[in-house]
Amino acid sequence: MLKSKGRSRFIFLCVAPAVILFTVFMIIPTLNVFRMSLFERGAYSPTETFVGLNNFEVLFQDAKFIRSMQNTILLIVVVTIITFFFALTFAAILTREKIKGQDFFRIIYYIPNILSIVVISGIFSAIYKPENGMLNTLLSFFAGETVQVLWKDAKLVMVSIIIAMVWQAIGYYMVMYMASMSAVSVSLYESASLDGAGRITQFFQITIPLIWTNIRTTLTFFIISNINMAFLFVKAMTSGGPGGASEVALSFMYNQKDAGLYGYSMAAGVVIFLFSFALSALVNRATKRTPLEY
Amino acid sequence: MSKSQSAERLYKVFIYIVLILLAVCIIVPVAWVFLASIKENSEFYGNPWALPMGFHWQNFVEAWNAAKMGEYMMNSVLVTAMALAILLVVALPAAYCLSRFKFKGSKFFNVAFMAGLFINVNYIVVPIFLMLRDGDVWIKKVFGSAFLLNNLFVLAVVYAATALPFTIYLLSGYFATLPHDFEEAAYIDGAGYGKAMTSIIFPMAKPSVITIILFNFLSFWNEYIISMTLMSSAQASRTLPVGLLNLMQAQQSAAQYGMMYAGLVMVMLPTLILYICVQKKLTQGMTVGGLKG
Repeated sequence: MLKSKGRSRFIFLCVAPAVILFTVFMIIPTLNVFRMSLFERGAYSPTETFVGLNNFEVLFQDAKFIRSMQNTILLIVVVTIITFFFALTFAAILTREKIKGQDFFRIIYYIPNILSIVVISGIFSAIYKPENGMLNTLLSFFAGETVQVLWKDAKLVMVSIIIAMVWQAIGYYMVMYMASMSAVSVSLYESASLDGAGRITQFFQITIPLIWTNIRTTLTFFIISNINMAFLFVKAMTSGGPGGASEVALSFMYNQKDAGLYGYSMAAGVVIFLFSFALSALVNRATKRTPLEY
Repeated sequence: MSKSQSAERLYKVFIYIVLILLAVCIIVPVAWVFLASIKENSEFYGNPWALPMGFHWQNFVEAWNAAKMGEYMMNSVLVTAMALAILLVVALPAAYCLSRFKFKGSKFFNVAFMAGLFINVNYIVVPIFLMLRDGDVWIKKVFGSAFLLNNLFVLAVVYAATALPFTIYLLSGYFATLPHDFEEAAYIDGAGYGKAMTSIIFPMAKPSVITIILFNFLSFWNEYIISMTLMSSAQASRTLPVGLLNLMQAQQSAAQYGMMYAGLVMVMLPTLILYICVQKKLTQGMTVGGLKG
């Protein structure tokens, strides 16, 4: 009996600090997001008035919010497709081919992942600078005349952000695919070669079906992380500018906080959260296959 | 036969070109920033692809002193160290108990922390900010001075708390694989629960602890949204990424390019050095494990 008392005291001492921190800084704020979306709150006083779904009604008529959602969806779709294609291709090359310096390439490709988004946006502002920028000078060199593309202009700002996001994400997903691809048995490829299957056939008939579970997981990752990354990039690179052309969902939410519209900001947060959840569930369902095992 | 061989060779060459092209796309911009950090301000009005004319270390001195990057660096070191310490002290025992003891509510807590993996800080940063601000208002009423916002220690606590689900998930996964014989033997030798945990289990978890320190170091060091929100007062101590962001925004009008790129180097150098070291350590660890196995 004494032993069991000591046991529960030990367990309590071990678990309590983590549970307290987790509850105070994660559970309560999360519940608050949902609760506050139904309230209006003064900018400097903690008094709250219940407004029901009013915040949501205003939100769905807010052209700025709709634009930010459109931008977010654009980024999710385009960045996912481009990154997915490159990460998968490079992972297949690095695992399947005998490449000299395989480790070297893997190490290099992973570098963007360890840099702060602030650093990456600093690097890309040097690339995109209209005069004396890396990209424009390079383009001028090939065009033979001075090219002055305004990369952060309203027309091209989303393209600029897409390039930066893809640059950052390729290495991470490539490493994930490499891990699961290297688990595929070599004998499968050998027998496929004997049967006369080329690289492309092998890739689609063996590699893709066998890492399908991993691909599905990463697709959910893509959706969730692109929503967050879009925010981090936009906040550091353009702050939503010019004129809201590059505003994304979470940066819209954050800006409402700066304006003191806390309830409204949280309503946007709820919509974005539910959207990401629904989209993940949808993609997860659409990509469902019976797992193949050879 | 020779035709397919030459096709094969062509394919190989093509692959290498593609691989090198991507590597260049990643290395060149990063290397460019390093070179730019030692350029003189006048050089930024010429060809951006020109090599620096000399080593203009003054940029770093200016960034360190005038742009206060030195002070921010200290803040970042402090916050990252404190957050890592808090995280380890809190997460290690919790992960150990949750993965190896069955008690009332153990299942519930395991599920709760798993669910925490899906909570992203970007969604909850505003409620955290409001909670701390309300707390400050109350503390000010009772004690006279507020300390929750604009406080490096509180920032470190928030970092540690938001990293808990991922850390506990990783550690539990490792602890669950260990056989129970280890503790049984320790108990027979007369060790208590705490002793068995700290002197038998924790040392064995060293590889996963290193992984955790690594991942969380990178995320704490590079984080800027929470830091920007919770340390928003003008006199507050800033962390390095936030300081850099301000420097970048100020540079748009002042055009002090050299100083800005020196600041960029200061933020990314520690992570790059760590990454290079760890790459080596990881491969070493793998070969040692292979020899033992």
